[in-house]
Amino acid sequence: MTAVASSEPTRRDFLYIATGTVAAIGTAAAVWPLVAQMNPDASTIAAGAPVEVDLTPIPEGQTIKVFWRSKPIFIAHRTKKQIEDAQNVDVAKLPDPQPDSSRIKAGHEQWQVLIAICTHLGCIPLAEQGPYDGYFCPCHGSVYDTSGRIRQGPAPANLALPPYEFISDTKIRIGSTAAA
Amino acid sequence: MSGNSIYQPQSAFMRWLERRLPIAGLVYSSFVAYPTPRNLNYWWTFGGILTFMLGVQLVTGIVLAMHYTPHVDFAFNSVEQIMRDVNYGWLLRYLHANGASMFFLAAYVHMFRGMYYGSYKEPREVLWILGVILLLLMIMTGFMGYVLPWGQMSFWAATVITNLFSAIPLVGESVVTWLWGGYAVGNPTLNRFYALHYLLPFVIVGVVVLHIWALHMVGQNNPDGIEPVTERDTVAFTPYATIKDTFLMIVFCILFAWFVFYIPNFLGHPDNYIPANPSVTPTHIVPEWYYLPFYAILRAIPNKLLGVVALGASIVILAFLPWLDTSPVRSARYRPLYRQFFWLFFIVCVGLGWLGSKPPEGAYVLIARIFTAYYFAYFLIILPVLGRVEKTKPLPASISQAVLSQGIPVGAPAPPPAAVGKA
Repeated sequence: MTAVASSEPTRRDFLYIATGTVAAIGTAAAVWPLVAQMNPDASTIAAGAPVEVDLTPIPEGQTIKVFWRSKPIFIAHRTKKQIEDAQNVDVAKLPDPQPDSSRIKAGHEQWQVLIAICTHLGCIPLAEQGPYDGYFCPCHGSVYDTSGRIRQGPAPANLALPPYEFISDTKIRIGSTAAA
Repeated sequence: MSGNSIYQPQSAFMRWLERRLPIAGLVYSSFVAYPTPRNLNYWWTFGGILTFMLGVQLVTGIVLAMHYTPHVDFAFNSVEQIMRDVNYGWLLRYLHANGASMFFLAAYVHMFRGMYYGSYKEPREVLWILGVILLLLMIMTGFMGYVLPWGQMSFWAATVITNLFSAIPLVGESVVTWLWGGYAVGNPTLNRFYALHYLLPFVIVGVVVLHIWALHMVGQNNPDGIEPVTERDTVAFTPYATIKDTFLMIVFCILFAWFVFYIPNFLGHPDNYIPANPSVTPTHIVPEWYYLPFYAILRAIPNKLLGVVALGASIVILAFLPWLDTSPVRSARYRPLYRQFFWLFFIVCVGLGWLGSKPPEGAYVLIARIFTAYYFAYFLIILPVLGRVEKTKPLPASISQAVLSQGIPVGAPAPPPAAVGKA
């Protein structure tokens, strides 16, 4: 080091900062792939493509479970009573207020499509169970109604809805509106 | 690392080596001549037991890794193959699985001992914080190891615990996807957990070295919580501490062997002998016993995010203990009020463990909330206030005087643990 004290930046100061900056950017650039490799790989994303489900074999009052992106999906063929139960609720009193109409596709009130993962800690609820004849999570006791809305228990939110669309009256495609 | 005596190489080769790499001198001053307080009781042997258990887990774990297949289609069967086909595979796996429980048992005894005798106080703050880091590393390692057999409990434990991160606002879901390497717990998750379960024990070894280094820098605390003054207050590590450690290690191994040979599945869950099924959740999910107190705190809080925050805080708060406890007196022997609050804290911790195994309903939730409140109040209210208002008993002038006042002649070994209190 030189013994000369100066308030002006020197050539050496510039070189120190420039070298340090290059080292920091280089380190960050090297770390990025190491972090990014943990995200879903190309084959996992490809396997997460939309799936089509034929609804004709599902009788009224029954729920089936299909898989999309390794996530279980409930498809419930709701009865008239279940639809009315879901509609005749004071929405403002719900923990996560949502009318039934925003949780189904208009004109397809009998079909309820839900991601079958409890919003508490990821367990799979049981269908057609619990005090509201909807869904009941056995892990920590969350209770959902026939619209998949949280009514009791520790879960913070309603059961999530997967992106899906009706490609005919008896066929849906799950995942079609989702970006891969 | 000053010792009572200095290493004198006895042979020409050792003199030659010592001038180039003074490793024999380091070992001699650290583990032979190293002065230990003469009043240490048996609660001080758990550091040695923990080191031994770390060794057991490393050796059995590396051997198990030679027979295990980290793939969702083969993992469960490869564990069954270890149990049925591999020579002594049943023994190695039961040693490893029960060894984790014994490791945590010893760690908890070690921590409660540190809290009872104030071992975290100046100048041992860094030593204590390194211990908290070791606890965190143990928790992560144990959790990932539990996932590897890929039974129902493995799969759903992985799902529930990784979902804790989904409570993070905004980025929670992305973080969870990143942890999984997919849209749910799956093969990428199992693979990375296996890699990390193999790696983390060696990180633990590194932090243990720092922990022991810090210990040898400041010296051991002791049941009277006063620093050694003269040579009369200490005895050499070898043979006094080494033999005492070895004796209790053997007693501890009897307990360990009882679990391994008589009740190897007592601490496990039968559901984990069912292969992982992503479409069915077991009806009653509980973690391993050593996580139950933290699990009870998580469930005691009705809000998801706050529950996760409380879970994390219940461990992290330990790192601040040296500054939360304001009393200048270390040992509970001379703190009559602190002693009562400590034992209440101990009961609360054990009680939270019991509550963690119960379904979260009715009175269990209420008691869990009261206990959780005490857990945090102990650190944030009781300890800071107690240090200012408590009237402590007079400290002995020296360790040797404290030992002599109990009627034990100079030169006799340290008093038995019965003289210290029961636990």
